[in-house]
Amino acid sequence: MRIGSMGVQDDRRRLHARIAALRVIISIAFVLLLGGFWFFQVFQHAKFKEMAENNHQRTLPLRAPRGVIFDRHGEVMVENRASFNISIMREHTRDLDRTVRLLSAVTGVNPGEMRDTVARHRREPSYRPIVVVQDATLAQVAAVTARRLDFELPDVVVQQVPTRRYPAQSLGAHLLGYVGEASEQQIVDDRVATGTVLGQSGLERTYNQVLMGEDGARRVVVNSVGREMRTLDEAPPVEGHRVQLTIDAAMQRAAEEGFKKTGYWGSAVVLDPRSGDVLTLVSLPAYDPNAFAAGIDRAAWAALNTDELRPLQNRAIQGRYSPGSTFKVVIATAALEEGVITPETKVFCAGGATFYGRFFQCLGHHGWMDVRHALEKSCNTFFYTVGNQLGVDKIHAWSDRLGLASKSGVDLPNEVESIIPSTAWKLQRTGERWYPGETISVAIGQGQVSVTPMAMAVMMASVAQGARVVPRLVKATSTGGPWEPVPVTRPASAVTLAPATVSAVHDGLWMAVNGAGTAVRAKIAGRDVAGKTGTAQVISLQGRQRARGNGKDLRDHGWFVFMVPKDNPELAGVIFAEHSEHGYLAAPIARHIIETYYARKEGRPLPTMPVVPGTPGATPAPADRPAATAVDGAVLAARSVPPPRVAADPR
Amino acid sequence: MFERRLSTHLDLPLLGAVLALVAIGVVMIYSATGGASREYWTQIYAVVIGLGVMVACLAVDYRSLVDKAHWLYLALALALLAVLVFGAVRGGSRRWLDLGTFNLQPSEFAKAGLALILAKLLGDVRRAELSTQDLLLAAALTAGPLVLIARQPDLGTAVTLLPVLGAAVFAAGLPLRYLGIAALIAIVSAPVAWVFALEDYQKSRIVTFLDPEQDARGAGYQQIQARITVGSGGVLGKGFMGGTQGQLRFLPVAHNDFIFSVLAEEQGFVGVIVALGLYFFVIIRSLDAARLSKDRMGAYLVLGVLASFTFQVIYNITMSAGLAPVKGLTLPLLSYGGSSMIATLAGFGLILSVRMRRFTN
Repeated sequence: MRIGSMGVQDDRRRLHARIAALRVIISIAFVLLLGGFWFFQVFQHAKFKEMAENNHQRTLPLRAPRGVIFDRHGEVMVENRASFNISIMREHTRDLDRTVRLLSAVTGVNPGEMRDTVARHRREPSYRPIVVVQDATLAQVAAVTARRLDFELPDVVVQQVPTRRYPAQSLGAHLLGYVGEASEQQIVDDRVATGTVLGQSGLERTYNQVLMGEDGARRVVVNSVGREMRTLDEAPPVEGHRVQLTIDAAMQRAAEEGFKKTGYWGSAVVLDPRSGDVLTLVSLPAYDPNAFAAGIDRAAWAALNTDELRPLQNRAIQGRYSPGSTFKVVIATAALEEGVITPETKVFCAGGATFYGRFFQCLGHHGWMDVRHALEKSCNTFFYTVGNQLGVDKIHAWSDRLGLASKSGVDLPNEVESIIPSTAWKLQRTGERWYPGETISVAIGQGQVSVTPMAMAVMMASVAQGARVVPRLVKATSTGGPWEPVPVTRPASAVTLAPATVSAVHDGLWMAVNGAGTAVRAKIAGRDVAGKTGTAQVISLQGRQRARGNGKDLRDHGWFVFMVPKDNPELAGVIFAEHSEHGYLAAPIARHIIETYYARKEGRPLPTMPVVPGTPGATPAPADRPAATAVDGAVLAARSVPPPRVAADPR
Repeated sequence: MFERRLSTHLDLPLLGAVLALVAIGVVMIYSATGGASREYWTQIYAVVIGLGVMVACLAVDYRSLVDKAHWLYLALALALLAVLVFGAVRGGSRRWLDLGTFNLQPSEFAKAGLALILAKLLGDVRRAELSTQDLLLAAALTAGPLVLIARQPDLGTAVTLLPVLGAAVFAAGLPLRYLGIAALIAIVSAPVAWVFALEDYQKSRIVTFLDPEQDARGAGYQQIQARITVGSGGVLGKGFMGGTQGQLRFLPVAHNDFIFSVLAEEQGFVGVIVALGLYFFVIIRSLDAARLSKDRMGAYLVLGVLASFTFQVIYNITMSAGLAPVKGLTLPLLSYGGSSMIATLAGFGLILSVRMRRFTN
């Protein structure tokens, strides 16, 4: 050793000092580290615990299937099918643009549309998935699933959701309605979450609360690439209540077949007058509610809305038409009940009569008529006379009592009121008093009488039953167990008709079908069908002259109202055939419905609808048919100038 | 050579603490990789081999090793060159020598090799203060392997060589003014390095560290996830294999760089205290070995080996809590990695050897 002991000593002291310094530095570092961990793990634990849970826990909504809808005999009218929604989970998205670009390429959806969809939901919380493809095809599902497995689209999920299915497509479309995502307004009004599927029309809307059920939720653990690892807990969805309708699907089908075979659009409503059960409710043209089930695309929606035939309108409760001669049933009933006439009272028909200085025409020279024969022959003179004696306010009052002058109260949304004029109504509406001459036209269902097919059906059912009937569409509901019947609705103001009235009116209507009346085409051997035809003028004769050639169909609408059998009727209803010109051309549709009813009741095979001669369905209609001049019942309203004589027999 | 009386001076508490940390590491790798995985078994084999190498390092007198340090250094340099030429590429880096049954990462052994050569160099210095010449030589010896490793590129491991140099020259009598100069150079060179030396991904790591929320989905993601992992563990943790952050891979390379985060998540603050305590004990106890060393070269050797170990431990644990930029720097003894385990255990073999031979000539 060359270095002295002092040197070694110094050397070692310096080494020790420097090691001591290192020890202090390291100790400080460890204390700081411990403090850091304390800060995160103890002091801020709650915050990070929540962040960790948000990281790996995801709540997936489980959409509740809506309740299945059956007809009165248990046939399924609306059910659910499984469909797939493709959604973006933004909380797992790193680059939304990239996801949209990739997803639209994979699914073949227009990227612009997808961007719009995402933009619409941008303000929602990011944990809520945005559905970008509804009712995806299997090819789309497969393509997306493959990309998910490749971790290319970790923020995209494919969810199976129950979707409405209408197995008979457009059958009873307006009756059943359709579903759709809640609108902005509905989200506020109904207090539902964005994306909730609600009934938007028809029964789906009226009974939405019953049908909707309760959505469930599943809390799952996902890993960092969004793959589900396991389920933490699950609140299963509760299916909506099952609903049994009063509708008879076979009769519904028969009615729609009847329209198809005759080639008319229009409406049919058939009730059971004993209960108010609606057995058939038709509005044509219709739409396929399946198109709405998984979100209708904009083009299809626009097409439905701009179609001149208005397929979205439920003609049965939203279409208002002049009832024509079918209104004579109301006049007859009112006159008998008010004691203006007895069943034996006779009026002489000389081809018309003069009231308030004006001649009002009849279509025939009927001679002496009582109420039964007046109904059979649809004699205008008789009804001008008794209508004049009744006065418009009593006509209005009795229309109201029979369910014709307001809403029928059927359990469908957006029903319009039928209008039967009265002095008060005119004063309020125009500020003018009622002229008695106007009553004469009202007495044969012209003038300002404007009613829905449903209201007409309720009137017929009430006359059939001899008491006011309230229509109903739902017979029973069930949560899966036994059916719980829905009680029959009692009318607000019960009215009972005198047996003599009922008997006289029923006889007259029976004669119209089975005698020398206008509705023999509805006759069924041994069934005692009673009924009345009518024609609703689309436009006055001068109007027709002016409007000729503007392309609009101006031919009159045909009505047929009926009940069967004559005594203690089981069915009462109305057929409204647009532009059929003659009520009797609508009668075969009723006949087919009635035959179907009895075939079903008696367990026989269901009948098929024969071709009806003289209807567009029998021969392909020429492109431009001349406007018909022959009409059933009255030709004129009071506003018309004296008309040319019309020779044709209404049959 | 391995005399019986020597073993009575073996530092059993230090050895025990090291083995405890190794055991914790194996258990956490089991948890982080979802059971008896390939990584788990690899780690166990590495521990067995590492313990063998450790015994070998203990058995040989460290003085003869230091004496032959230049040969070891040369062999290492050749291995590092071989890596650059024949190395196996993984994740964009060329760090491994494929030896058939296993891959060797020579850079892990560079730390101990550098500690040995610096101990030899500085132990021979007989001046009261280190001369500039000594310093430049030491720096040159460090720069060689550092550049080779940085070229792989593996900046993280390369940087761990600097503490080896720093600790060795500091202990060997670095004039304190040099410390001031070094600090000054660091401050001045930082902007220069920012502009010329650092790659974009390295810059983004630093920027993100300063404000992780700014880029929560991108570069800051790992840092935020690390904090969530640690913070959600709480006092008692989520239980063995019960962590969600590590198990569901919100935290990347959980069994490797973020093994301490997994420990913090599953074993909580209690587990963190135990592990930090063990590391602290190992480091302080090893400083004692340096202090007690019979000769200076032993002290320098201990400090050199310990310096890279301590640097990595502190940096990795800080990073595990999301308090430092994320760098591919493993946690010695805990993290998965065969070469690292073997090299670290060999290093502790040297440290134990120095202490054991404090009374021998």
